[in-house]
This record gives sequence, C-alpha cells and structure tokens, in this order.
Amino acid sequence: MNGGGPAADRRKPAGLYVHVPFCLRKCNYCDFISLPIGRGGAAGEAAGAGAAGLIRPYLAAVRREADRRAPEIAGRTIEGVYFGGGTPTTLDPRDLAGLLEHVSARYAVDPRAEVTIEANPGTVDVARLKDLRAAGFNRLSLGAQAFQDPLLARLGRAHDAAAIGAAVAAARAAGFTDLNLDLIYGLPGQTAADWRATLRAAIALGPEHIAAYALKVEPGTPFHRDQATGRLDLPGEDAEAAMYEEARETLALAGYEQYELSNWARPGHRSRHNLLYWHNRDYAGLGAAAWSHLGARRWGNVRDVAEYVRLVEAGADPVGESEEPDPRRAAGETAFLALRLLDGLSLTEFAAEHGRSLEELFPGAIGRVTTSGLAALEGDRLRLTGRGLLLANRVFQEFVD
Amino acid sequence: MPADRPVAQDHLRNFCIIAHIDHGKSTLADRILDLTGAIAARDMQDQVLDQMDLERERGITIKATAVNLAYRARDGQEYVLNLIDTPGHVDFSYEVSRSLAACEGALLIVDATQGIEAQTLANAYLAMEHDLVLIPVINKIDLPSADVDRVKAQIRDVLGLDPDGVISVSAKEGVGIDEVLEAVVKRIPPPSGDPGAPLQALIFDSHYDSYKGAISYVRVFSGSVRKGVRIRMMATGKDFEVTEVGVFRPALTQIDDLPTGDVGYIAAGVKNVRDTRVGDTITTAERPAAAPVPGYRKATPMVYCGLYPVEPTDYEPLREALEKLQLNDAAFVYEPETSAALGFGFRGGFLGLLHMEIVQERLEREYDLDLVTTAPNVVYRVILTDGSVQMIDNPVDMPTPDRIAEIQEPFVKASLITPNDYLGPLMDLCRDRRGIFVTMEYLDTTRVELIYELPLGEIMFDFFDQLKSRSRGYASLDYDFLAYRAGDLVRMDLLINEEPVDALSVVVHREKMLPRARALTEKLKEVIPRHLFEIPVQAAIGRTIVARETVKALRKDVLAKCYGGDITRKRKLLEKQKKGKKRMKRVGQVDLPQEAFMAVLTIE
Repeated sequence: MNGGGPAADRRKPAGLYVHVPFCLRKCNYCDFISLPIGRGGAAGEAAGAGAAGLIRPYLAAVRREADRRAPEIAGRTIEGVYFGGGTPTTLDPRDLAGLLEHVSARYAVDPRAEVTIEANPGTVDVARLKDLRAAGFNRLSLGAQAFQDPLLARLGRAHDAAAIGAAVAAARAAGFTDLNLDLIYGLPGQTAADWRATLRAAIALGPEHIAAYALKVEPGTPFHRDQATGRLDLPGEDAEAAMYEEARETLALAGYEQYELSNWARPGHRSRHNLLYWHNRDYAGLGAAAWSHLGARRWGNVRDVAEYVRLVEAGADPVGESEEPDPRRAAGETAFLALRLLDGLSLTEFAAEHGRSLEELFPGAIGRVTTSGLAALEGDRLRLTGRGLLLANRVFQEFVD
Repeated sequence: MPADRPVAQDHLRNFCIIAHIDHGKSTLADRILDLTGAIAARDMQDQVLDQMDLERERGITIKATAVNLAYRARDGQEYVLNLIDTPGHVDFSYEVSRSLAACEGALLIVDATQGIEAQTLANAYLAMEHDLVLIPVINKIDLPSADVDRVKAQIRDVLGLDPDGVISVSAKEGVGIDEVLEAVVKRIPPPSGDPGAPLQALIFDSHYDSYKGAISYVRVFSGSVRKGVRIRMMATGKDFEVTEVGVFRPALTQIDDLPTGDVGYIAAGVKNVRDTRVGDTITTAERPAAAPVPGYRKATPMVYCGLYPVEPTDYEPLREALEKLQLNDAAFVYEPETSAALGFGFRGGFLGLLHMEIVQERLEREYDLDLVTTAPNVVYRVILTDGSVQMIDNPVDMPTPDRIAEIQEPFVKASLITPNDYLGPLMDLCRDRRGIFVTMEYLDTTRVELIYELPLGEIMFDFFDQLKSRSRGYASLDYDFLAYRAGDLVRMDLLINEEPVDALSVVVHREKMLPRARALTEKLKEVIPRHLFEIPVQAAIGRTIVARETVKALRKDVLAKCYGGDITRKRKLLEKQKKGKKRMKRVGQVDLPQEAFMAVLTIE
C-alpha cells in the first residue's frame, strides 16, 4: 500500500518525538498525558514517592523502546527531534541529555537537525539550560501562555509573568538562538486588552517563533467541569475570532511571518520538526501516549505511564491504538494538513504523491471552497484565505468522508 | 401446554388486564403466564407480552398482545384462558377499546400505593361501556407504603364496585395470583355465540409477516374457521384461502380449528395490508354472515405531523415502511404530502404525542430511516365565508384570513387526578392553557379529580411534563375528545433567511401570538447552527413580521492545534462534523437540524 507514496519513501526526511509525561502540576486546561510530581521535582524520586517514583523506570523504558523501534526507521534521516510533555525540564538535565544521546546513537539524526525541548518558566535556570544546550538541544519552546498573573493563576500555571522574562533571559544566556513562546487566547476572564498586552510582552522578549492557540476545553479537565457547572466565563466565539485577527496583525507588524494556522516565525525559524507533521511525513514517537507514523500505519502508545513501563519491561510492544488510513483517507489527510500551512497545498505535488489529482479524489471540493471565499487557488497552490483561516474546518471537511 | 382442541366453549374465558401506566399490568401478566406454565422457565423474561424492543425499553405496553393459557381450576376442570394485554397510556385508549371488544371480562389493576389514577378511571369506564365483568385487583401489597384499605374504599366510592370482590396481590412476589385465576374462571362468563352459525371473526389487531403475509388477530364470535376455508373480508368483500389458523402461546402456534368464542390468528396469504382492516369482520365465502360484528369506534387521529426522509432517495423505502407499520398499528394513518421546504414526504395522523413518538422511533429503528419530522398539530375545523367547511391537518393549508369565517379547534375533557397539595399549581397550569374549569371531586380525603375542558392544541405544548413537574410526579392525566369550538386562532409563519418555511408554520391563539412568536424565533436562533452568512429568523402573521432574531454568521471553526498525536483524532472530528451536517435538512441555503422543526414544542 502507498508504495509510491510519501510515507514509504525512504529518501524523505523523518522526525522523532519523545514524550516526557511529568510536570510540576497539572494545568486546568491540560488533557495531555502528564503526571504532576510537585515542587520537589526529580528530587522526590529518591523516595520513590508517587509519580516521581516512575521517572527512573520510565526513562529506562523509553530507552528500551528506542532500541526496539530503531530498525523500523533505520536509514531515515531525522531532521527534527522533539522532547515534549508534560514539562520535560522537570527532569534532571543529565537524564534528558542521556536520553538524547541514547536516541541519537540509534537513529540517523542529521547533525543540523532541529532539536527542540519544551520547558516551562520556573523549571529552568541558566545552569540547567547550559547543560541542555551542551547536550545538543538547540531549540527551546517555552510555555508562556499569558502575561497576566491572574490569568496564569486561573490556568493553573506554576509560574508568574515575571518568570517568563527570566526564562527567556536564561535561555539567551545559555546560548539558545531558536526560541519559541506558546501563547493561549480565549481564556476565561481574558479581555481583548489582556490579549493585546500578552502579544506585546511576547514580542518585546524577541523570540524567534511564536505559537498562539485558541483555548479548547477538553473533556476530563478542570475547565471542562467548570464549564459544565457554568463557572467558566469564556470570551466567546466572536471575541476569540477578534483575538486571532489581533494576533495576525500585531505579529505581522512585528516581523513575524505566519506560516501555519497557529504558528508564526521570523524568517528562517519555522519549526522543521512540526513542518514534518503538516507535510504528512513519517515520524517515530517514543514514550507513553506518543504517536508514530511510519509508512501507511499510524499508531499511538498506551496513555497510562505505568502501563507503558510495564509493557516495555515485559518486552511487549506498548502500542495502544493504531490505524492504517486507506489511500483516500491518507490523501485527505495530506490535503487538510497542508492546508493548515499558509503556503497551502501544491496540487501537482499532491497528485504526484497520491497518484490521483485532488479534483479526482474529491470532485467539486476545490470549486466549493473557492466559491465560498474560504480558499483561493493561486497557480498550483490551494490555500486558505484570511477568512478561511478562521473557518478552516469548513474547508478541511471537504477532504474527509 | 394447553390441551389441544377441542375445548368446550363453556370452558373458555376471554379477559384482559387494564390499568393505569406503571400499576403492574405487565408484571401480573408475566406471573399469570408463569403459573399456567405457558412459557418454559428458560424462555421467561420480564414483560413477556411486550415484544417490541421499544416496549421493554420504555417499560410500557404499546400494542395489545394475546396469549392462550391452560388452567386447571380448583374444581378440577381444565379451562382455556385467553389473556389480552392492553396499553395503559392515555394515547392508546383506542387499543384498549379494541381488546375489550374481544373479551367478556377484565382485571382492573390498581396500585396499592397510588390508588386510582386517571387511566384507571378511563379504562374502567370503557370496560363498563363494553358490559365487561370487572375484577378489581389491588397490586403491590408487598410495598411498605401500600394502603389496601384506602384503595378498597376508593374502588367502592369512585367506581361503585363491591369491595368484598377485590383481590389483593403482589405480582412481583407472586402472591395472590391463583386467586386471580380462580376469579377469572368463576366470575367471568364463558363466551356466548352459536357454533353452528356462519363465521364471524372480529379482527382486533394484525401484524405483517414476510412469509405468511398479513396475520389477523381475531376473536371468533360465531362459527369456526380452519385451514383451507375460503374467507371473506366483510369490509372489502375480498376472498382469501386460509393457510393457517392458530393461537398465541404466546408464539404463534398452529391448531386445526379455531372455534366459537376463541381468540387466535388467521393467516390467508394476504399480501396487501389494506385487506386486513382492524375492526373488520371475517366470514366465509361459502356461507357469509348476514352482518359484521358491531365493531368499536374507529380510531380518530388527533395529532398530525409531517414525516420526511432526510435523503430524497429514502422516499420509497419510507412509503413501504409506513404501509407495513400501519398494518401493525391500525390507529396510525398517513397520506402523501409535499412541502416546499422539505420536498416529498407524508403527513401522519396519530392518537397522541406518545403514539407519534413511537411511530417515529419505530420508523428510524426498525426500518433504519433518517427522518425529519415536523412539529405536531391538531386538526382544525375551518368554516369559510361561503359556508363550506374544511378540516385542516397542516397549518400551511390554512386558508387566507379573508376567506375564513371561523376557525374551530378540538377541545378535550381532561381528568386530572392529584394529591390536593398540588391543586393550586395544576389549576394555574390549566388556566394558563386556556382551560375551562368544570368540576372538582374528592376521591378520598387527599386525592382530588379535577375536570377541565382544554384545547387539545394546548396539551401538546409540554403540558404533560408541566403536569408532572408541578405535582412532583404525583398527578395523572386522561382526556377524551369533547367537541370543536371556535377560537381566536391565527396562522403564524416562520421565515428563515427571508424565505417562508412551510414546515414551520403553526396555528396559535391570538392572545399568545406575540410571546410565542418571540419564544419561537429565540429557540430557532438557538438551535440553528451558525452558517457562513447571517440568517434572519422571522415570525410573521400574514405579511406582518411580529418577531425577529438573527443567527449570526459563523466566525470561527478551526482546530487550533494539530501535531503528530492529533492527526487521527482531528480527522475523526472532521468526519463527525461532516456527518452531523449531512443529517440536517437543507432548506434553501440553510441547514436545519431536526430540533428546529420541533422548536415549537420546547418553548414556554
């Protein structure tokens, strides 16, 4: 299946994702797999108490999974490595360095690869960041989210606004020249002025990359419970849309190019690892809840950290769910993932990859999305219009069944 | 198992069980089946006679079913009992009436903790009209809150029945069941009827079997019927050859001969469902009866709604499904109808709202059809200025005001039985629904029966839920058609995106026009999803807009995050969104969800 498709093409670059499911505390909006280990951090692990006690076995399990998976992706050049979480930097930098070294020895990581680690303000200082930089991490993604202490508190973040500036300064001092700040809008209690101030504060810190996400209330989170009981004062659809427009204008004015629905970068600083996802390329995911996409198959590891450890220790495959999208679905995914990018979808590349044209596979779709003004066809490229950016699902729906 | 034929006519007993909903009718039927060994223990499941999935799920009986039982009485003789189960909900009094016509007696079940409720009274009166012998049975005596003496007093004072004849049972615990069966044998008379006379078999129900064709459930009033006989349907004059006769045990069980007085089924390869009409009499072609059995009153649909396929290609399957459903449900009527907004569909007529819901649910479940159903309405009687009269079962057919001399709406006589604590709130409710107070009567020191005359159209707007919530679930309701009465009624149209949507038109009382117009447009604004453009929602009387709301244009529909771990989940989300849109009905440029057509029911 997909013999000539992109996924199986061994010459195409691939990515490597490592999930670190630990953090200081659980945020009120977070539905990621992550275990709060508290302020004691990794120090608590000696006592083997609770989640902290899982750190050692978990790191060992990820190494073992890396060994196991290495042949599956052998010979593929890894262009992007990404340590995400949780908050990877809640762990000891030596452990993170050790893990990076372990995977680098087993995968063909390009020497110029983008190697990102996620961090939260308050979990990093110059010394720790220097260790990480020295270990080979060359991009730091900081979860700033907002610059108002009340909003940060409402989000359940473990840091205040001042800690963001401190973290950026520390990152610079440690030699990171590729820095991302994550921001969230549409927060409960957030005003248009708050958001404007957040954008300005972020820009003032001069990161190379900014990601701005609309808050999504996920089932199982404290926010979801608040919403169910009517205690979540979200700004609403129209205000959120206005905040998005504000971000687009403000960031453009400050010299950030929007290259994806929620991502902006200074020229030359787009995230190469994340671009692999939007180009529907292959990636291996290691750790609990990590997803992999190799060839025609996509799978996710079990979400429970203890279960993940148990399975790997027992020599079993820790996969929890997996699917093999049929060629039509895979083609639809290529389309809607690429349409997330402001560069859009190249119709010739699409046809070359999937053996059939977009129009053949989804008759009339291009006509409908362009007529509605949500997308435009410029030469060979189909891309979202300004209005389409906010109504992207209406376009994407054309490419699923 | 019942001894096979022949059974002497004087050893036959035909009876049914009537009760208010939830008073334990189906449980008692189960126990009777247990005791007579009609069903092997391994086949026993709760509510044996409620065969439809829907009946079991809702815990109610919708259709009448029959079962043929053998019982050795204390006198040492073997009797054959035909038990006919009946529905307990107000909508289905018509089905009750059909079952009663096949019986000589009835068990009247009353809950020992609740006492007499509205359908207890209604069903008891119905049985009395049919000259049935009534055996009062007080059920649930095992419950701590049972008050047998109080309920006995009610039975004496309200129904005028002898309290000494009351049998106390616990159907759940199986207590007192043999007393009930003895009473059936001793107190209910055997069927009369001349075995030598020409065949007269009354069809009281039917169902469609894909192999045997239409199967008629009959009570034989005279003569007998067996395989090979040519029968004649007296209403249509059509003849068929009998392929099988049998009884219900409760599965259809073939026997040689269905004699006078017995209850059973006749299959005759009837392929056209219209040829076996419930209420018709079957006789033989060779020696036809002089006259049909006096039937029972024909079911009059009280409530109508539009039934449309979501996909136009489902029109034909829908037509076939309706035809089959009607065979199982004689009270349901339908005819083709065309809506400018919804295309080709049907207008269905129902006994009441529950009946309507059940038909809709059966169509979707048993026939796997996606339907759009419009809000139900009553039938209006319109006197035109030229003196002619029109019956209007769809608001959109209402003539223009200049041609109308008078609009009449159906009124019902409603009986509400409630603990006296809730009298005030219930009287407020009736007054609010344009009810006219008739009388109030104490059934005992705490329970009161209220009689109101109410427009049926008002009962459809969430009346039953209000009744229950205002009485904490303790009040019960029954009603019967009373008369058509003139009312100050107007037709209100709804415009979506400047286009009138015929399927949304309603008839409202002028006094309530403005609040209802506002509530309806607000509700529609709530249920119509945002589109890529702004959608005005307007209510109009004639050409005058009386209320307006706007569904604002969709601003934002985007998944902010999509990384490696999200792709499968996000694609599924998109697929789900798209499927949701497909289930909506496109009217002009606007996708309307099913809730939009029901909006009028959920306002207030």
